[in-house]
Amino acid sequence: MLRQFWEGGPRRDPNTIAYVVLLVAAIFFPILVNVITGGNSSAIMTIAADAGVYVLLAIGLNVVVGFAGLLDLGYAAFFAIGAYTYAFLASDHMRVTPLGEPIHISFWIVLLIAMFVAASFGVILGAPTLRLRGDYLAIVTLGFGEIVPRVFRNASSWTSGVNGISALDIPSLPLWLQGPWSGDAFAFVTDFKVISSLAYYVIMVILVIICVILVRNLHRSRLGRAWMAVREDEVAAAAMGVNTVAVKLLAFSIGAAFSGFAGTYYAGKLSLVSPENFGFSVSITILVMVVLGGMGNIPGVITGALLIYYVIFVLLQQLPEYAVNFVSSIGLSGLVRSSGDYPGIAEFISRLKFLVFGLILVIVMLVRPQGLLPSRQREQELHKGVHDEPVIEDVTAETT
Amino acid sequence: MTVEVIPPILRVDHVTKRFGGLVAVDDVTFDVKKGEIFALIGPNGAGKTTLFNGITGIFPPTTGRVIFQDREITGAKPHQVATLGIARTFQNIRLFEYMSALDNVRLGQHCRMHAKLWDSLFKTPVERAEERRVSDRAIELLQFVGIERYTHTYARNLPYGSQRRLEIARALATNPALLLLDEPAAGFTPQEKVELMGLVHKIVDNGVTVFLIEHDMKVVMGVSRRIVVLDHGEKIAEGTPEQVRNDQRVIEAYLGKQH
Repeated sequence: MLRQFWEGGPRRDPNTIAYVVLLVAAIFFPILVNVITGGNSSAIMTIAADAGVYVLLAIGLNVVVGFAGLLDLGYAAFFAIGAYTYAFLASDHMRVTPLGEPIHISFWIVLLIAMFVAASFGVILGAPTLRLRGDYLAIVTLGFGEIVPRVFRNASSWTSGVNGISALDIPSLPLWLQGPWSGDAFAFVTDFKVISSLAYYVIMVILVIICVILVRNLHRSRLGRAWMAVREDEVAAAAMGVNTVAVKLLAFSIGAAFSGFAGTYYAGKLSLVSPENFGFSVSITILVMVVLGGMGNIPGVITGALLIYYVIFVLLQQLPEYAVNFVSSIGLSGLVRSSGDYPGIAEFISRLKFLVFGLILVIVMLVRPQGLLPSRQREQELHKGVHDEPVIEDVTAETT
Repeated sequence: MTVEVIPPILRVDHVTKRFGGLVAVDDVTFDVKKGEIFALIGPNGAGKTTLFNGITGIFPPTTGRVIFQDREITGAKPHQVATLGIARTFQNIRLFEYMSALDNVRLGQHCRMHAKLWDSLFKTPVERAEERRVSDRAIELLQFVGIERYTHTYARNLPYGSQRRLEIARALATNPALLLLDEPAAGFTPQEKVELMGLVHKIVDNGVTVFLIEHDMKVVMGVSRRIVVLDHGEKIAEGTPEQVRNDQRVIEAYLGKQH
């Protein structure tokens, strides 16, 4: 037993700490925001709930890229498919299509339907292409990512083209719990319409928790091991009896299912879908979240998603304002006004936004190439050395 | 000759493998009998590994048939061959380097596991019980090949000899009827070779037929009842170690070079 201890025997999953921190943060975040903003938290909670969409997407893409090692550059396509599924099945829109009858299915049921629809498209795309390796697969997924929004834009008799579909059904719940955290008295509400940003936030946190549990279970199952093996050495995995095509196809369609799931939530919350929201840059943003957070490690990609989301949608947006305040406070307020070719500090910084974003990415990847919270494997690949892997179950306790 | 009545577990029937104009394996025929240690020898480039790849479906033969337990497996996919009961190791070790020794062996049991996607997603009791069985079996196999002290070490960090043993454990985890070992003693010291041959005997005693490729003549002569010699893709001899050792063509093609 002692030797086992010294050799790094049964150790706790270091991710446990990360999960606890993330969960505590998720619970206390709304309370904290409420206190800081003096009860006016709605704007920030909306942003937080939107960040959750990207967390879901990153968790899903991590299955494809991190676990199975398949580079998917068209992940936003499945996101679009999920969003449009909700738009078709939960709005009056179908009345103006050749179908002629509106469909109104509950948000919660569409969540499941969208998962299956997106997964099916994952299979349709994956089945012919997963025989390809590495770079080739990336190009095919890139093409798919371009085709899907294009289809939604051009099939205008069904999708109303660039205008998108608006006035989607507002999700509702038969029962909801209200309390001081939302500024109301403590009470049960029946037939609750999900409008408030806090409600979206709570639903998002619950969805993320469910997804994390499911993905974690998968990762620690025979399928998770098969993914790892395929990523490491496909020939050896096949020779050991792993049906590599089936296993890769599963990774691809499970990843797509999460994206469809996130898409439905996104459409439900925004109450609007448009083909402009699912471009290549969305796919790349999600990929950046996964790689920067720590490929293959669930708390890592969650952290990556939150950080990148914050940088792109909060920090960079406010950067011009910060710049104005900064130059004013050091007495250079002359820089604020535009003159000649110089557009003023706010506009100037605004134009540099993506340069700043690029610099942040380069610096993080230089400092931590393995990602913020890397998986053990990834860490090993970058820091080669002798290392004992901790026990996954206590099976060894009796034998050593 | 009692050996002759034992039914063949593997029949290689007029197998030819061409890569473009190059004939790597040329019309080779032989039987591997159930429960024996069968060896395939030959100088470098004789087509031994190509033949293994043909049997296991990695590069299917151009012509000819491979029959395993009265069933034609020519052209079957590698994972189907493994599931039917043929496991193999690789000449240049192909472990899953960034997986622990335990996980390598657990992966070997993949094709014998029954947990469905549903079971994995929700960690059902069935799945948990199966994972426990698989882990127990993996530890047993690591003990069987004698590397249980490395259970939780990444495969890449194991000493060379233990890596070869881990590959054998991983192959045995697929619960094979026939085990193909591709130069299992390559790079071993004489002492390690003796130990390895002890392990091979132990495997055969457990009811697994062993078919091995070996370079070291001394090792092969000591361990195998029957030997096939390949040279330039052709079978040039087959028989007991004594017969092979005294075969003029073998001496010319192979042993001759060592004298």
